Amino acid sequence: MFETVSFLSKIMIPAILAFIPLYAAFRKLPVYENFVEGAKDGFPTAVQIIPHLVGMMVAVSIFRETGALQFYLGLFKPLLSWVRFPEEVLPLGLLRPITGTGALAFAESIFSIHGPDTYLGRLASTMQGSTDTTLYVLTVYFGAVGIRRSLYAVKVGLLADLTGVLASWLVVSWIFGG
Amino acid sequence: MVNYIWLFMMVSGVVAGAVQGELDLVTRAALKGAKEGVAVCIGLISILVFWLGMMRIAQEAGLLDRLARLLGPLARFLFPDVPKDHPAMGYILSNMSANLFGLGNAATPMGLKAMEELQKLNTDKKTATPAMCTLLALNTSGLTLVPTTIIGIRMEYGSANPTEIIGTTIFATFCSTLVAILLDRWFRSRTAFRE
Repeated sequence: MFETVSFLSKIMIPAILAFIPLYAAFRKLPVYENFVEGAKDGFPTAVQIIPHLVGMMVAVSIFRETGALQFYLGLFKPLLSWVRFPEEVLPLGLLRPITGTGALAFAESIFSIHGPDTYLGRLASTMQGSTDTTLYVLTVYFGAVGIRRSLYAVKVGLLADLTGVLASWLVVSWIFGG
Repeated sequence: MVNYIWLFMMVSGVVAGAVQGELDLVTRAALKGAKEGVAVCIGLISILVFWLGMMRIAQEAGLLDRLARLLGPLARFLFPDVPKDHPAMGYILSNMSANLFGLGNAATPMGLKAMEELQKLNTDKKTATPAMCTLLALNTSGLTLVPTTIIGIRMEYGSANPTEIIGTTIFATFCSTLVAILLDRWFRSRTAFRE
């Protein structure tokens, strides 16, 4: 089943690229002109996001590079060793909602130290794959349409991330043993 | 809440720099972050221009409406406030499908287009609507059937079986998405009650 799904995701884009224009041409639409017309919206949207993303990335970068993140991670350690959460992957759980590239870099460091086919490697993979970067998605999506007040979206996103971490930990321990 | 998170990261970063006596670290980190932010946006330009072009063809040809009709019951359950035949539905559903199949690149432009359509229904342009929050919840919880990026990296690090984590990932992402949808519902009803 997994092979089928990953095969599907490989051929999906080429298939879409052939199917959409063909379908439209079949309905006698000027395909190329439609493409250009829609594509025009791309640039302004990207530009609109710049201030939001720069603001967020500056804060994340300062928080990470100065070691403030490390400090807060240290505070969590006693609690985690108490529930026996593997502390090697703890930074990943905290990085994941804040910075996509940072989390990925950390997952890679786990792979190079412990190997991808170990308990920690599998746990890191599952945590990395199971949620998206909440802060980034929030910044980009709300930034693109100029939303200032995000209601409860941040809370929902972060609590979902926490659920993802706990679920990853449980399922990886159960399936692969830990 | 974003304001507090932002302020917290900025201030604790500066304090951490000051404590170590390395304030120039803060300055360097700030400029590095700014550069990264612009770089990500530049990277988004090509993806947005390309996919929004393709999406326009699909929309004009009526493909998005068909997708919305096909998955109508699901969409109406998740987005009760969006009118049934509103163009936002087609974009929302294509965003969800792209995420499911691990096409993250394609998902973002479709999601942004959906936000744009939802913004048209919004009476207070500065405040998010419940529908926007639901779309956000679905995207931040990362519902996917193929975690493409991490499989690629596992391959790079010589994993004997890079795809073995697909099952555990689907389980974890299913849990986080379920919680996201339930919480979203709960917060939504609470806000509605208060008003």
